[in-house]
Amino acid sequence: MTDLADLSIVAAGQGLRRGDFGAIDLLEATLRRASVTEAHLHAYLTIDQEGARTAAEAADAALAAGDDRGPLHGIPLALKDNLCTRGLETTASSQILAGYVPPYDATVVKRLRAAGAVVTGKTNLDEFAMGSSTENSAYGPTRNPWDVAKVPGGSSGGAAAAVAAGSAFGALGSDTGGSVRQPAALCGLVGAKPTYGRVSRYGLIAFASSLDQIGPLARSVEDAALLLDAIAGWDPADATSIRQPAPSVSDALEGGVQGLRVGIVAEMSGEGIDAEVSAAFRATVATLADAGAEIVNVSLPTAEDALSTYYLIAPAECSANLARFDGVRYGLRVDGDTTEEMMSRSRGEGFGPEVTRRILLGTYALSAGYYDAFYGQAQKVRTLLRRDFAEAYERADVLVSPTSPTTAFGLGEKTDDPLTMYFSDVFTLPSNLAGDPGLSLPIGLDHAGLPIGFQVMAPALGEPVMFRVAAEIERLVGFDARPSLATSEVVLP
Amino acid sequence: MPVHVDIAKVAKLARLALTDEQLERYGAQLDQILGHAERIQAMPTEGVPPTAHPYPMTNAFRPDEVAPSLDRDEVLAQAPDAVDGYFRVPRILGEE
Amino acid sequence: MTGYEAVIGIETHVELRTRSKMFCGCAVGFGAPPNTNVCPVCLGLPGALPVPNQEAIEGILQIGAALKCAIVEHSLFHRKNYFYPDLPKNYQISQYDVPLCVDGHLDVDVDGETARIGITRVHMEEDTGKSLHGSEGGRIHDAAHSLLDFNRSGVPLVEIVSEPDIRSPEEARAYATELQQIVRSLGVTDARLEEGSMRFDANVSVRPVGQEEFGTRAEVKNMNSLRSLQRAVAFEIDRQIQVVESGANVVQETRHWNESTGVTSSMRSKEESEDYRYFQEPDLVPLEVDAAWQARVRASLPELPAERKARYVDAGVDEATAASLVADTRLGDLFDEAVAAGADGKAAGNWITGEIVAYLRQEDVDLDATGVTAGDIVALHQMVGDGAVSASAAKDVLRGVLAGEGRAPEVAEARDLLQISDSDVIEAEVDAILAAHPDELARMKQGDMKPMGYLVGQVMRATKGKADPRQVSELLRARAAG
Ligand SMILES: [Mg+2]
Ligand SMILES: [Zn+2]
Repeated sequence: MTDLADLSIVAAGQGLRRGDFGAIDLLEATLRRASVTEAHLHAYLTIDQEGARTAAEAADAALAAGDDRGPLHGIPLALKDNLCTRGLETTASSQILAGYVPPYDATVVKRLRAAGAVVTGKTNLDEFAMGSSTENSAYGPTRNPWDVAKVPGGSSGGAAAAVAAGSAFGALGSDTGGSVRQPAALCGLVGAKPTYGRVSRYGLIAFASSLDQIGPLARSVEDAALLLDAIAGWDPADATSIRQPAPSVSDALEGGVQGLRVGIVAEMSGEGIDAEVSAAFRATVATLADAGAEIVNVSLPTAEDALSTYYLIAPAECSANLARFDGVRYGLRVDGDTTEEMMSRSRGEGFGPEVTRRILLGTYALSAGYYDAFYGQAQKVRTLLRRDFAEAYERADVLVSPTSPTTAFGLGEKTDDPLTMYFSDVFTLPSNLAGDPGLSLPIGLDHAGLPIGFQVMAPALGEPVMFRVAAEIERLVGFDARPSLATSEVVLP
Repeated sequence: MPVHVDIAKVAKLARLALTDEQLERYGAQLDQILGHAERIQAMPTEGVPPTAHPYPMTNAFRPDEVAPSLDRDEVLAQAPDAVDGYFRVPRILGEE
Repeated sequence: MTGYEAVIGIETHVELRTRSKMFCGCAVGFGAPPNTNVCPVCLGLPGALPVPNQEAIEGILQIGAALKCAIVEHSLFHRKNYFYPDLPKNYQISQYDVPLCVDGHLDVDVDGETARIGITRVHMEEDTGKSLHGSEGGRIHDAAHSLLDFNRSGVPLVEIVSEPDIRSPEEARAYATELQQIVRSLGVTDARLEEGSMRFDANVSVRPVGQEEFGTRAEVKNMNSLRSLQRAVAFEIDRQIQVVESGANVVQETRHWNESTGVTSSMRSKEESEDYRYFQEPDLVPLEVDAAWQARVRASLPELPAERKARYVDAGVDEATAASLVADTRLGDLFDEAVAAGADGKAAGNWITGEIVAYLRQEDVDLDATGVTAGDIVALHQMVGDGAVSASAAKDVLRGVLAGEGRAPEVAEARDLLQISDSDVIEAEVDAILAAHPDELARMKQGDMKPMGYLVGQVMRATKGKADPRQVSELLRARAAG
């Protein structure tokens, strides 16, 4: 029989309710899988065996008592380590938060717990979610389960590697410029970035407040939908969270694409894209056409400038968001004769190179005399991009593109040149700038057996149609490959 | 025109104690990255309002109600240095 | 300061007395044990987010409206970025280019002259925590460290910025006094300078009389009373004039007022001109105060001190009395209630601004801590009117009432201060005194009334002041005639 760790959330839920196995069995299978894969992947920074076992036993007891919390009841899930968990170390993969234990749970964590989910632990990320390969972690990189010589993408690379390898049934990551969708693409998963404000950011360690959104990573569209339904909806603790109720996306998966207008974005389908990625993308578009979708060509002229815009706005916001890490109230302190000296030393030693670079960049972009030329202008260009999207959505119900220009790249391949690294988010970060939802799902493998991701974008609050299209593509493409490392048998590197 | 960032000044503003070698490297990288901003700086944006928030809404308030505060011991347990219920820091410039 | 003119602008910070803080649910309270009113938001913990307190927004709108400001329909929160250990996020949530209220004014009277001081802006922000230095830390202090308490962090703070329209230390004090009375009358803050819930920074410069452009200004901080504000400004003006006279230049800097030495001194160490890198707070959405809301705020304003004073003066209350009646809203309220209940305006005004204010000062208590009611003022007035108590005895009655001994008539009774109304008793006393003073009686019978006053005094003493002197002299006259 198949290893429990490889079940979908849906299948696991059915088995639980049939009494085939308990939540504790799902957890033990997951921990057994992790005990094998972690040596190769380093997907997790913390595995909370004790807490998870307690939660799993509680979930079984509740279910036995007829207290069914729904689709995530008893399901082992992982959390990106920039989501605050009360009593469980939360570091954002930074030296400056080594050993930090939050006194509160993020809203999404509260909601998962309330839904009966079992938190397995905290997954690795690029420090403070700044990166696209999970190589910028103070605690060492995570590797890709499809090929341990490759990166899993980032910044939610640990979460993606864990879900792909079966050391979690699903996970929550955060997406500021593609940090859920790009690792999902590179690890053969479904990953979604909801509309800005759809999911509460309370308890997410902020990177860029106007771009950050928490999103699910899962092995199927339906699993991702169940995760999103559990965390979406207004939160009074987040002033930017959207007040109107979030419609269920798991109820929106049927209906197909008949008559739906699917837009191909000129600026996201041209040069700079790996040939195999491009071919797979076009083949999938053709399949959609065969299934009755109306394919239209649209243009987002400003998308060409999204990268430069993003790399002014995100660093500016992060330079303020990360100012609180100063050695006074928590985290790393490097002492000095004065508080000023202590703060500067703590920050100088506590932050890694990518974070330091972005703080410097953002501080400069906001400083007197440069604000208008950099941050101010970037915010105006952001408006132009949103106008481009608005026009495109008059002609299309959803927009599609490759999720990333390439499949997984090698460890160390892009670490020396920040700009080439930034380029792997070029197709995902426009949705963050626009505040619109985006989703990546796997549509095939390249010659090296590495997954290729397909991105579906929708207008604000368009999650239902976005998931409906994704579900149809999943059916049509029938991608069912699993990474060789997704096994509980000991494998040699 | 090529950008040249006064990186030492920026590092001081950002409270980052960096070595000269680090300052030099970051300075060069900032100049390069900001060079790519020239394109967007050249874009015509007269009369274009800035986007500070991608999902426009107004007036998100909370009622004036008291909620429980944190347990002080739990808070101070995370502090690098604390004494008698206070956080403790090295002397503050201008406050001696 | 002949030949020179002072130019003064005042920045005032007022803590609002809401139940909870500006952006979190922690209690707002003075004197709680350190770091007990703190949470992830006001401690700047990773992942925490601010949500504005609607009551605080109502409070600042009231202040803006009371200062005759225009309320801005669409305003924004910004982040003011600077590193300081008492500022948990190392940025302060404040307002920058689009504050909630702009373009108001405040009229102040300085010896008969009325000056209109412009209000540039009134904006919403959050307070910082407190750092303890020097001996403040008590036994746990040592010179090499400072201590931090974040209970005050995130308390709603309203900043009121005046135009540089103030021209003298007296005017500065008058402005501060009037402003304090206004914000207190709104009931949104207790505005106590000693407790720091109201704080003034004065921007002072001097220029030769007739010169258009301003001189270089210094910002003077740390005045913790209205008097010290006036003293500090006066000192700074003189200092700057001396600097200019000596041919030197005034340095633009922040200066610290030392109450005990009466001197301002430079705080250069903190002076490295900051670059605050303001940008719109992405964790908060814009404020929209539409016409309906603005109308509601203006309609909800109570009568302001200036309006109330004018009303009193129109009603015939003299300037000085009217001024001290509006100094504390509760005094004015008591006055209005007493008059409404039938008390004579002049008498009530005198009772309240005389005896009552004196008692409050002497006992250092608030009016509501005393037992006095409008009913007592009315009763006192009646009792004096119909001779039940003498004017002097009435003061003792009022003191008893203030001390909580009961209602006025009860106190008069209990303190044995009621006048004797029974004329038989008084006649007996009069006859007794006359019997003891036959010569005086004889002189009066001859028409020499000089002994009158002496004899009245004798009767009053014999009755321990409880006889009505008018009645006594009538009886004496009758006996002399008879
Ligand atoms: Mg201020
Ligand atoms: Zn708080």
